[in-house]
Amino acid sequence: MELEFSSQAEERFQAILKRYPNTRAALLPTLFVAQDDFGYLSVGAMEYVAGRLELPPSKVLNVGTFYTMYNKRPVGKYHVQVCASISCALMGAHRLVHQLEQKLGIRLGETTEDGQFTLSEVECLASCGTAPMLQINDDYHENLKTPESIDAVFKPLLGDSKKPNQGR
Amino acid sequence: MRKLFTKCLDFEKPWDIDVYISKQGGYRSPKKSLSMEPSAIIDEVKKSNLRGRGGAGFPTGLKWSFLPKDSEAPKYLVINADEGEPGTFKDRLILEFDPHRLLEGCITACYTLGAHVCYIYIRGELRQCHARVEEAIAQARSRGFLGEGIFGTKYDLEIYVHTGAGAYICGEETALLESLEGKAGKPRMKPPFPAVVGLFGCPTIINNVETIACIPTIINDGGEAFAADGCERNGGIKLYGISGHSARPGMYEAPQGISMRELIYGDDFGRGIREGRELKGVIPGGSSCPCILPADIDVAMDFDSLRKVNSLFGTGGLILMDDQTCMVRVAATLATFYHIESCGQCTPCREGTGWLKRVLDNIEAGTGTPKDLALLKDVCDNIAGNTICPHGDAASMAVGSYLRHFMPEFEAHVERGGCWFPEW
Ligand SMILES: Cc1cc2nc3c(=O)[nH]c(=O)nc-3n(C[C@H](O)[C@H](O)[C@H](O)COP(=O)(O)O)c2cc1C
Ligand code: SF4
Ligand code: FES
Repeated sequence: MELEFSSQAEERFQAILKRYPNTRAALLPTLFVAQDDFGYLSVGAMEYVAGRLELPPSKVLNVGTFYTMYNKRPVGKYHVQVCASISCALMGAHRLVHQLEQKLGIRLGETTEDGQFTLSEVECLASCGTAPMLQINDDYHENLKTPESIDAVFKPLLGDSKKPNQGR
Repeated sequence: MRKLFTKCLDFEKPWDIDVYISKQGGYRSPKKSLSMEPSAIIDEVKKSNLRGRGGAGFPTGLKWSFLPKDSEAPKYLVINADEGEPGTFKDRLILEFDPHRLLEGCITACYTLGAHVCYIYIRGELRQCHARVEEAIAQARSRGFLGEGIFGTKYDLEIYVHTGAGAYICGEETALLESLEGKAGKPRMKPPFPAVVGLFGCPTIINNVETIACIPTIINDGGEAFAADGCERNGGIKLYGISGHSARPGMYEAPQGISMRELIYGDDFGRGIREGRELKGVIPGGSSCPCILPADIDVAMDFDSLRKVNSLFGTGGLILMDDQTCMVRVAATLATFYHIESCGQCTPCREGTGWLKRVLDNIEAGTGTPKDLALLKDVCDNIAGNTICPHGDAASMAVGSYLRHFMPEFEAHVERGGCWFPEW
């Protein structure tokens, strides 16, 4: 299937182009537009972006693979990213990861079978004073010291119809 | 005590331009600075003793004076909002709650430098901050504070947000420029310095968010008044983060030069260690700064004094570790960070940090040997000074400080075959 920006994505793309003196500089934000529009950043999506910006595909691939926020594979509807850096580690980030593995029935790096949740570890998210913390898609959830605080975050996301298996 | 950055938290919707103007006296400084000679502004900034709050503490006025005056090329101001150093969470406060203070500072800085375009490079994860800064730019534009002929003068200025995409190393200023140009964030060799050959090959000044957010106060009150709030050669007040095993972690504001003990134990600040425990070590300003011992915490929090206790001021983000903290695990956690975040272009950094991580993980897991302890030191020595950017040095210095202060603990891990400290 030929990829093509939706009209909304096209609008974002055109606004981005105006900010820079050349198309190369528009690459990082344009890759985000592609990721949001196409769901993840497949090689096809990167080639499409290369075409739109008139850049060699190799340069786009090089950039697409350097940065961690570009998902080269599909991720779950909720991408749960736990900060594992020092301030969060000192305050129990590992315990938090463990609790989430149990809760979601997956290991770090995996996605639930129903495609709802992907669990990852990331480095410092600039919320060290409210550790431990995690990010789900665009939102930060901080001060996750107790099982209750974790439940409060996940309850609204764990829809009844799509109940993940508890443990393995 | 005077408050600069945390005052905004007293107001509802502090990010709104009307609140900023009416409650905080916002956007007064450009009315003054836009009629000043750029050289007079630089003098004022020099007098303020403002030192870069991105971690290196370079005097801001001096940095601005390095921009070549006779160059015909466009000039750029780039704001470093890539905050990602573990233990550092200060710029986020400004971006999220006081974005107009940053924009107000950018206006004077750009005018001084003769720049007509400014990019604010915000790390990709901070979506809320993006939204707030974009909104603030739109508001400032609608008032005629940005765009063509700002504040009724003949001076044009555009400020754009640029989004990072997840790479700590892009906080390093030349990696940040590469990233802004649409490339992988790999630091450049210096010289040439960005002030001469920077963004798109043009003269560029890169400053931290907090640095530029100090500029309105310097213009309004004068450089000397700003300097008076700090200590010798370190002007002004500063955001300090406290994380780790503090009784009251959080973001605090205090003068440059306040004693570290006051920040850790003071009633207005951290109020000591959680559950009344003892302090074992402190990372003074983000994870790259060497750990110091409780015996040294009477040090003044400024760029010069921290060097005297073999550490660095960094970003002012203190990380506290209590008496139940395993220092091998701390070192391993840090090494993991530096390994994951290495851009990979220098062998000593790419391979050395991986080595440190593996050896430290082994020692923690109980499979370390006495030879590993010597190896750790050796690897640290081989990274230091042999890399393009300071990331490798940071890894080496940070890990090295745990070896220096806590070697008996490392040896005991090897002897006993593992760790006896509680889980985290
Ligand atoms: C590995 C590395 C990461 C850095 N990360 C940041 C950062 O996230 N934010 C920042 O302002 N400066 C960071 N710096 C420092 C910048 O290179 C630069 O010195 C700073 O942005 C200059 O601004 P200032 O003079 O206002 O401090 C980093 C430096 C290194 C070596
Ligand atoms: S020291 Fe490390 S992060 Fe810096 S340029 Fe070299 S490999 Fe990259
Ligand atoms: S260490 Fe986790 S947010 Fe900074």
